[in-house]
Amino acid sequence: MCEAAGDDGGCGAGTAPERRRRAPAHSHPRPCVKCGQGSAALIIRLGDAFCRVCFREYFVHKFRAMLGKNRVIFPGEKVLLALSGGPASSAMLRQVQEGLSRETAKRLRFIPGLVYIDEGAVRGQSAAQREQSLARMETLLQATGFPYHLAHLEQALELPASILRPGPGGSGKPSPSYKDAVEGFIQQQRQEGDGDGDTLVPGLGTRDTPVGPPAAPRLPPATRTQELLRLFEAVETPTAREELLQMLRTHLILQTARTRGYTKVMTGESCTRVAIKLLTNLALGRGAFLAVDTGFVDNRHGDVMVVRPMRDYMAKEIAFYNHFFDVPTVIVPPLPTKRREKPSVHRLMERFLLGLQEDFPSTISTVYRYGDGREAEAKASSESQRCLLCLCALDIAGEEELALEPTLIMEEPEPVGNGCCQDTPAAGVESRAAFIPLLCYSCRLTFKELGPLATLPPYVRAEAQRRIRRAELELQSQEVLPEDEEPGKS
Amino acid sequence: MAAPVSLQVEFGGGAELLFDGVKKHQVTLPCQPEPWDIRNLLKWIKQNLLKERPELFMQGESVRPGILVLINDADWELMGELDYKLQDQDNVLFISTLHGG
Repeated sequence: MCEAAGDDGGCGAGTAPERRRRAPAHSHPRPCVKCGQGSAALIIRLGDAFCRVCFREYFVHKFRAMLGKNRVIFPGEKVLLALSGGPASSAMLRQVQEGLSRETAKRLRFIPGLVYIDEGAVRGQSAAQREQSLARMETLLQATGFPYHLAHLEQALELPASILRPGPGGSGKPSPSYKDAVEGFIQQQRQEGDGDGDTLVPGLGTRDTPVGPPAAPRLPPATRTQELLRLFEAVETPTAREELLQMLRTHLILQTARTRGYTKVMTGESCTRVAIKLLTNLALGRGAFLAVDTGFVDNRHGDVMVVRPMRDYMAKEIAFYNHFFDVPTVIVPPLPTKRREKPSVHRLMERFLLGLQEDFPSTISTVYRYGDGREAEAKASSESQRCLLCLCALDIAGEEELALEPTLIMEEPEPVGNGCCQDTPAAGVESRAAFIPLLCYSCRLTFKELGPLATLPPYVRAEAQRRIRRAELELQSQEVLPEDEEPGKS
Repeated sequence: MAAPVSLQVEFGGGAELLFDGVKKHQVTLPCQPEPWDIRNLLKWIKQNLLKERPELFMQGESVRPGILVLINDADWELMGELDYKLQDQDNVLFISTLHGG
């Protein structure tokens, strides 16, 4: 990273944070700092003026450099791009398209697929608006020629409980080194004949979407939408609502990856987004998980690795790239806030950071770099040591020191028979308090604001029940074993 | 007296949601004693185009942090920002990079 930004050289200005230098008026046209010829079109980093051509080169190079540096995506691997229609993920898609259309030596060698989650139901879109967004998105996905998958947030209610368990792999067989994998891939290609003109062939075998004009997108049944809305309305704070949305989205993407055989997922968080998320997560008590939550690699799911290749780009760079090079996007409205509700921590943090960035243009990159220094989480050996909701290793050792006690207290605001029509026997009654030990510090706080158990997604409740039962069994067997091994079969 | 100025004003990246979802606006700024600059234009937009919740678009006399401004397809930071003197037929584009409302 070149630290000596700006053109006035020598930075002996002391330790005060660099204030933004206002560009002198009427300095246009200013030459590009890179080629010195083209007239500058935008300013990036700390005052570097770039022309369009050099900016494009810089942008495209950055993506390849990110993948090249990290070496986690193997040639021939199936990679699912998670698209929201927003600027960053759309720019990511364009980079992959660019990378695949390059000449052989520089071509990206993985096999992309696309997934889009329609969240219109909770974003306050009407059925007509949802269909419109979906149709636009589908046209866009189809135009890429890559296989694509559409899902509705409502489908999160039908997820299997297994989504909350880390998949096999990751810990088991040691994966081959990146170098071996590349060599193996090249050899395989040679054997298949020199016709590597169409590398897409292996991937397209799995195309599961019909070719042709997109049919009218079908929205999920209204009862499902109602159920989803009930879940979101029961949530007490906008912060918890944002967290819930993120969780459901992640699980749906993961499910798509698992059922369709993708081993990597790419998400499009920009540097700006990563910095905001980093501070937000600190505020939410997720400091222990900064590395997994915001790093390049997120391996918490075991079998499917999430990578964030856009995390080196500023939101500004992405917006300019999309504008200059006609990258299409589909804008969806933000989560609506209720009247008299305070904004979520996520939004406050966005406002705070961008406000600072305005006067101190190294704010975002400083926060971002801070995150890079975090170490990966401690390994969790068994699933019972992972948080039920976020799947991070539980950070609750030493409850006394960690101010965890308040999280253990749980009021039970649900009197028996409040419409919860379950005829479970007394012993098996779901209690909110029983969930608490399954959660990490931050998810405990979020969970308290998620509303009654009855509206929680079924897969979360099912998995919680399983883990609670398991813990009970373990406890019983521990009690039984030391006592002379009676044939105590109950 | 400066002559009236015709501009194309555009909104993108979600900023259009504050303007009835309309992305492109053809506007003609009336005659006024001083020449039109971006500072005045923003004031004019606030009074004439902005439908609701001005705090989501403006902050003080400038745009809210996180909203980018392009003048004739170039970064306004290259053009003097609020002090840029508008010319007839200029194109001013506002792109939001914000998530929340």
